[in-house]
Parts: sequence; structure tokens; C-alpha cells
Amino acid sequence: MTTRVRLAVFSSGLVLVAALLVDGVSNLPPFGRYAGPYGDIVARLVEPQRHMANAVTAVVFDYRGFDTMGEELILFAAASAVALLLREMRDHDTSDLVEGIRSDALRGVGALAAIVTFVLALQVVAHGFITPGGGFQGGVVLSAAFALVFLTNEYRAYNRLASSSFAEPVEALGAGGYVFLGLLALALGFGFLENFLPFGVTGRLRSGGSAAIVNWSSALAVSGGFALIFSEYLQENVAVRHGRVGK
Amino acid sequence: MEPLQIVAMLYVALGALCVVLARDVVRQALVFSLYGFSLVVLFVVFQAPDVALSALVVSGIAYPLVLVGAIARCHGQRKGGGK
Repeated sequence: MTTRVRLAVFSSGLVLVAALLVDGVSNLPPFGRYAGPYGDIVARLVEPQRHMANAVTAVVFDYRGFDTMGEELILFAAASAVALLLREMRDHDTSDLVEGIRSDALRGVGALAAIVTFVLALQVVAHGFITPGGGFQGGVVLSAAFALVFLTNEYRAYNRLASSSFAEPVEALGAGGYVFLGLLALALGFGFLENFLPFGVTGRLRSGGSAAIVNWSSALAVSGGFALIFSEYLQENVAVRHGRVGK
Repeated sequence: MEPLQIVAMLYVALGALCVVLARDVVRQALVFSLYGFSLVVLFVVFQAPDVALSALVVSGIAYPLVLVGAIARCHGQRKGGGK
């Protein structure tokens, strides 16, 4: 492709994108104006209806739980695909390889940071219906705690804590548990994923009804999924560095 | 619009520009993390703490780790390729 053809393709694309952008921005509602009624309705009804303080998590895991199930399954499919593709290219078990970090200071601080991160993750998940947070955010933080073990300590320690054989069942339990809770609600005579437990007292850890269990299973699915992706990449990298990759 | 909101938006624009201008992929992954942090600041300033927390975990933890893992895999053929 010559430079002139490239320039022509580029400029026509530029004009088209710019026109769409100008059209879109000029038709935006005024700044700070909210048009739809649903946000206001949910914000007003979430406390009396569901006894939850955080309307966002209430929408994600209760009112709109079915939609979140799709997102959960997308992550599940993505993590499974990564594991499937990377394992296809690797022909050796890498759990015997040692990739240790020798600095004691780094190891100590790293272990401490991993523990703090782990507790923070549980806190973010548990308070999902009270303060900002919930299963997704807490789940990612949870997987970060395991990643910290690798980054500051040892590959083998990470492998023992969050190997694929551990991350896989956790992810499957989370994703399967989410669907199971929906079917359980159906079996009990409610709608799919409808909240079927008592709502509890607003602001307490035990509030939220069955959506709280949905929240925890989503945390399991997310943390298992990300831990699986990390551990597959790490095994792959360690295998490459030790010359243990097949065709 | 509050002055703080304008500052946050300018910060995001600057961060996005820096991501585009970074040529080295590893450096780009790190700059992207900083850009993600500017988005977090934007969401906090616009009073969306839940979205801010999501942006924080995705752009601070999940995305860079996956990205750096993939980059290391591609560069890993030569010994000690950047982890």
C-alpha cells in the first residue's frame, strides 16, 4: 500500500469518526442532568425494599442479578480459554522449578502485604451491601494477594497456594454457585435469582438476604478466575525461562 | 462544573496522551496503570465510589498483571526477558 492510499484511507476514516463524535457530543444531555427515572426510583426504594445501604451492589447482585450472571460466565469462559490455550503449548509440569527471591526484607514485607491484602479483600466483599465494594472488586483484590506471594516470595510458594488445581475448583464453585442460587430460587417458587432469604437489618454484615450469598459466590468466581489466569501465565513464563516449552 | 472536576478531566486526558506516546510495551503497561489511577480520581471526584473501586482493581491489578505476563511470554525466549 502506497503512502497516498494509506493517507486517503486514514483521512476518510478520520472525517467519519470526527463527524460521529461531534454528532454524539452535541446531542448529550446537559452536564449533571439525569434523565431516566430508574436511578432515582432505585435510590429511593433500595433501603425500604431490600434493607441494603449500597444501591449499586443491590442493583448488581439483586435487582439485576441475572445480568451479572452473564458477566460472571464471560470471565469464566475467558479464564478457561487462557488456561486451555497456554496448556496446549506447554508439555512439562513446572511445579518442581524454584524461582526464589533472596532479599529477606522483600520477602518479609511481601508476606505482610499479602496478608493485609487478603484481609482487605474479605472486608471489601463482606461489606458489599454497606459500603462501596462487593464480589467483583473484592475478588480481584483476593487474587492480588496470591499474586503478591509470587512477586515477593517464591514461585513454589505461589504454586502451593494458588495452583491451577486450587484456582479451578474455586472458580467453578463460584460460577456454578451463582447459577445454582438462581435455580434454587426458582425451585422455591420465586423468580430466577430473586432474593428468597430474610433481608436482615440495614447496615449489618448479615443483611442482604440471599443476594449476600450471590455476592460471595461471585467473589469466588472472580478471584478463582483471575488466580487461574495469573498462574497459567506464571507457569508459562517460568517454563520458558527454564527451557521447558514444547511446540 | 466544579474546578476539581475540570482538573480531574484534564488529568485523565494527559494520562491518555501519555499512554499513546509511550513506545516501549512494558513502559506502556506501567503508564496505563497510572492512567487508570487518573480514571479512579475522576470517578471519586464525580461521586461514583463503586465504579472507582472497580476501576482501581481492574487498571491497578488485573490488567497490568495480565499484560506484563503476556509481554514476558513474548519476550521470554531470550534468557531473563523482563518479568
